[in-house]
Amino acid sequence: MKIGVLALQGDFEAHSQRLAELGAEPVEMRYASQLREVQGLILPGGESSTNIILLEREGLWDELLEFAREKPILGTCAGAILLASQVSNPPQRSLAAMDMSVERNAYGRQVDSSIRTVEPEPEFTERTASGSLEAVFIRAPIIRSIGPQAKPLLRDGGEPILVEQGLHLAATFHPELTADTRLHKLFLDKVRST
Amino acid sequence: MFLTDEFRLKVGLAEQLKGGVIMDVTDASQARIAQEAGAVAVMALERVPADIRKEGGVARMANIEKMREIMEAVSIPVMAKARIGHFAEAMVLQALKVDYIDESEVLTPADEEHHIDKHGFTAPFVCGARNLGEALRRIAEGAAMIRTKGEAGSGNVVEAVRHMRAIRQQIKHLTVTGRDELPRTAKDLQAPMELVEWVAREGRLPVPNFSAGGIATPADAALVMNLGAEAVFVGSGVFKSQDPERRAASIVKATTFFSDPEKLLESCADLGEPMPGLDVASLDEGELLQTRGW
Repeated sequence: MKIGVLALQGDFEAHSQRLAELGAEPVEMRYASQLREVQGLILPGGESSTNIILLEREGLWDELLEFAREKPILGTCAGAILLASQVSNPPQRSLAAMDMSVERNAYGRQVDSSIRTVEPEPEFTERTASGSLEAVFIRAPIIRSIGPQAKPLLRDGGEPILVEQGLHLAATFHPELTADTRLHKLFLDKVRST
Repeated sequence: MFLTDEFRLKVGLAEQLKGGVIMDVTDASQARIAQEAGAVAVMALERVPADIRKEGGVARMANIEKMREIMEAVSIPVMAKARIGHFAEAMVLQALKVDYIDESEVLTPADEEHHIDKHGFTAPFVCGARNLGEALRRIAEGAAMIRTKGEAGSGNVVEAVRHMRAIRQQIKHLTVTGRDELPRTAKDLQAPMELVEWVAREGRLPVPNFSAGGIATPADAALVMNLGAEAVFVGSGVFKSQDPERRAASIVKATTFFSDPEKLLESCADLGEPMPGLDVASLDEGELLQTRGW
């Protein structure tokens, strides 16, 4: 199963490694034409504003909008910001593939980054495996509100940190930086059933 | 040491910057230009290395108001430089909440014997290195990112290439060195045995390795990326060139598409003049910035 990992900038390598560990075939994506080869796509962490500039400049934006209508996308951190319908701090363009508003760098700067253990919602463990989850937040966004179609699968202190809506998943943390592959597995399950 | 949450967070931010370009800026308007061009972070400093080289004197941590202005102007991470060994400047930068501290040979060293004990800080540090031993000494002190030093402010990529190749060759060599020979290699490298063993086993540095010092053109950026750099620092190369906006965007493009000749050609076209370059071989030993620190 071929899964694209957007590789214009960011921690795409770590995502590719996690996918390979799970038996999927990661494809580092830099060209619009590559979108036709893959069954799902990961938008990795990195700088969301930089990724928007590069997506537009390299002619990937419209193709990505189209991809989002048909195939599953997992966005982590900056990737989640790209998937949101509304972005603040500062406001910026997004793919609006999920009905949620997101605030960038909402915990503060790098010294405010943290690793926290969260207890998953029952649905997350039912679809993956049981046990708490280590969430790595790096200059992370916070999901401030979600629409009626969006479902939180993980929360931290009441705030949703993993949200599912239709084909897509958005996480404000970095699952690729831990050995816990449950979130990637969940995504691959979605790709398989699409 | 790699397993502590604090160190994982420090390296975690460096991971996010991979494949990107970090640009030196001296004020808010340059910072905005860098962000618009697609820079993944900016480095706030008072004078770019080419000016430090030209004007001489003591180069220190940047002015606080200037750094604040830059931090307010952009949403991407902001790094700032402290002098080698000047842990009090680093304390100030941490309190200011800059996202990464560069303990940099570009500034005038404050201590010729000791680097900063970087484990004592919550802010992450990047340090320069010319070879594997130097990189591992800095990592042992707590650096969460290494950048090859090159020769800052020279507009000449030759030293950046030398240092990147040196580190890669030394790593390759370690991976085929027998266990029984590792202690002797650690002695030669003047690096802790624990880190030497790690590199021998994994075949890479335990933290991301970026390139810096002399990158002035999109092709320079592509060159060091092809040699194994995971991201690129551009100092004087952008704002000492004729058309900074264009050059900045072109260097970003070349860093993303470093192995694609057609995209590289696009990135090199219609650029205007680059910054003036220096023949590093003609510089006196005392004029070299790379020999600062050990």
